[in-house]
Amino acid sequence: MMTTMVYSKSKALTDAELHYCPGCTHGVIHKLVAEVLVELNVLGKSIGVIPVGCAALAYKYFNCDVHQAAHGRAPAVATGIKRVRPEEVVFTYQGDGDLASIGTAEIIHAAHRGEKITTIFVNNGIYGMTGGQMAPTTLIGQKSTTSPLGRTEEHSGKPLKVAEMLATIDGAKFVERVSVHNPAAVRKAKKAIRKAFECQLSGKGFGIVEVLSTCPTNWGVTPVDGLKWLEEKMIPYYPLKNFRNTEEEEA
Amino acid sequence: MNKVLMKGNEAVCEAAIRAGCRYFFGYPITPQNEIPEYMSKVMPENGGVFLQAESEVAAINMVYGAVGAGGRVMTSSSSPGMSLKQEGISYIAGAELPCVIVNMMRGGPGLGSIQPGQADYFQSTRGGGNGDYRHIVYAPASIQEMVDLTMEAFDIADLYRIPVLVLGDGMIGQMMEAVEFKSIKPIELPDKDWITDGTKEIRQPRIINSLYLDPDELYAHNLRLEKKHALIESREVRFETQGLENAEVVCVAYGTTSRVVKNAIEELEAEGIKVGIIRPITLWPFPDKAFDEISDTTKALLTVEMSMGQMIDDVKIASKGRWPVHFYGKSGGLVPTPTGVKESVKKIMGGK
Amino acid sequence: MIEKVIVAGFGGQGVMAIGKLLAYAGMLEDKNVSWLPSYGPEMRGGTANCDVIVSDKMIGSPVLTNDATAAIVMNLPSMNKFESHVASGGKLIINESLIDKKATRDDIEAYYIDANRIANDIGNAKAANMVMLGAFIALTGIVEKQSILKAFTKVFGEDKAKFLQLNEKALDAGSQAVLQQISKV
Repeated sequence: MMTTMVYSKSKALTDAELHYCPGCTHGVIHKLVAEVLVELNVLGKSIGVIPVGCAALAYKYFNCDVHQAAHGRAPAVATGIKRVRPEEVVFTYQGDGDLASIGTAEIIHAAHRGEKITTIFVNNGIYGMTGGQMAPTTLIGQKSTTSPLGRTEEHSGKPLKVAEMLATIDGAKFVERVSVHNPAAVRKAKKAIRKAFECQLSGKGFGIVEVLSTCPTNWGVTPVDGLKWLEEKMIPYYPLKNFRNTEEEEA
Repeated sequence: MNKVLMKGNEAVCEAAIRAGCRYFFGYPITPQNEIPEYMSKVMPENGGVFLQAESEVAAINMVYGAVGAGGRVMTSSSSPGMSLKQEGISYIAGAELPCVIVNMMRGGPGLGSIQPGQADYFQSTRGGGNGDYRHIVYAPASIQEMVDLTMEAFDIADLYRIPVLVLGDGMIGQMMEAVEFKSIKPIELPDKDWITDGTKEIRQPRIINSLYLDPDELYAHNLRLEKKHALIESREVRFETQGLENAEVVCVAYGTTSRVVKNAIEELEAEGIKVGIIRPITLWPFPDKAFDEISDTTKALLTVEMSMGQMIDDVKIASKGRWPVHFYGKSGGLVPTPTGVKESVKKIMGGK
Repeated sequence: MIEKVIVAGFGGQGVMAIGKLLAYAGMLEDKNVSWLPSYGPEMRGGTANCDVIVSDKMIGSPVLTNDATAAIVMNLPSMNKFESHVASGGKLIINESLIDKKATRDDIEAYYIDANRIANDIGNAKAANMVMLGAFIALTGIVEKQSILKAFTKVFGEDKAKFLQLNEKALDAGSQAVLQQISKV
């Protein structure tokens, strides 16, 4: 009897067991980044920078050199690495508390300088690791442990649209928002991640992919309802689209 | 003659370049602006990288990334900017990375003033960020000494994988003196087998990290750091003493303030009053053993600082209660004067 | 031998520059030197000053408070501020072109140099600072004129060598002016 291998875990992921909650899509996004690194044949020259937040332990999962960064500072750390090792592939993997709140200065200026790095921005609209507090990306009306009655615009403003904001910066050469709530979306997400890395490899400049992600634990829903919630609540406010693709603009 | 007349801020850059530093990340703040300015010119000329960061927070985190990737890296700032850098310094110390940091101190707290100060002593010597850590602190008293110490600092940082702070002040940054760049004896350094330069898929990934969620692991890490600190304390203490024998009063002062004290000592000697000085060159590790050289007939110690009195705590610890410890200092950007030192000495002696 | 001199004036009068020249010249003569500028907001359009020490011995504090052996004052605010900083017996060299005032102390030696006019007469009003410096070195003998001239291109760059002659004239004129005053006394 012949057996054919139809799927195997990417070699860009270690054998460490992921600590993420049931239904969390971090694992899917890790996988996509890992597969892209292998497909582009850059795993051996990749250096990742991981955040503070749920992905703080991702240094155990990516099978490449990794820096663990202070909260929000990953783009600055990645800048330091890239300036020393311009030939290496440098990426940051950050959540919405990390990137959209405490790290706004670092992400904006990395983009503004056109740092040749790639940022994977995981937006699940909440602080996961610390227990479900409100993030800049938390939706209007969404309850969190620091907006127990639901977020209001009057008190906290409207949720921050990071991809749209960064697309206004010239140095950001690839900006796209994707999601991972169903297989079709996952395939699109992988394509975008690949393009963002290609943007770095071709020396164009800064590339970022905002990936809408779930947090069933802190949203207080089942994993299945989490995917539904993402699709029905998040996507209408955070449209999935490409905001900047210098490669295509030039073609 | 190989001497050149240089501003402290520029001389420290030249020393760094000659020590092989090729990456500089900084942010403007008075009175150290000549450092980023000079680096922006000389780094590219030497095949290095100068980058003006968006903040001191970003600058120190760029340092964290750059040293982890194997660069020889420096950053600089002045007091308020150093407060911002403490986060990154804690991470760098926690991840056991080497780097050189220059602080040209100004008066504080808060925005304070742009005039010279020595009020960052606590911040510099206690581990100014969070957690159990220390880093080496050099306190040069002249531009020549700053140049010599800075050139060594990079090797020392590499040897112990620890940040080295070169602690000057607005005066030493702004003043010009004659300096000579002497080549230093390179010390044998261990291979940097921890840097992130890509696995090439032939080795295990390297992780630059200060996160240890398991209490036992973090405790073990803290013990390892403590052991390193003890080793540094046993090997890297530097100080200068002068006139301790038969001194009636011994002054303790570092950096530019020690120069004021030396003027006062000379003038007091002319009046027949014998005063000695202990000048710590490393503030951490503090030269406790220098105090063993003080004679039993000395009546008192006088700590002189350009602050409201911070090093005085270390002087009290080091002198173990053997002598009363007095303080004379000025702050706010005012510099202690020889006359002030003389008056303090005389007051101490009158009050014996 | 030691000179601790405050050089003060308004921005553009070249007070920092002659301070540097003096320090560099001292270094060329193997003396110990320090040059400490003021760097506060007063630098933006106001008065500028520097403390220069040239000494045979190690230099302690580079800051001059009330122990200056001399002050070169190029404008009135500088005179008002720094006359009191000169130690008893010290020298105050006053640019009388811009300072219509006599020294108020009688325990210091005051010299009056019509620096701007002298500089104009030799062909460049900008050289008033060098006239003052010429007076200072003639009075104190702390460095040789030749050392100042050697320092000139070191401090300002080789491309400024064409101004050497003019500046030497200014130094000489300053020296002459101050020596005449001594002989009159």
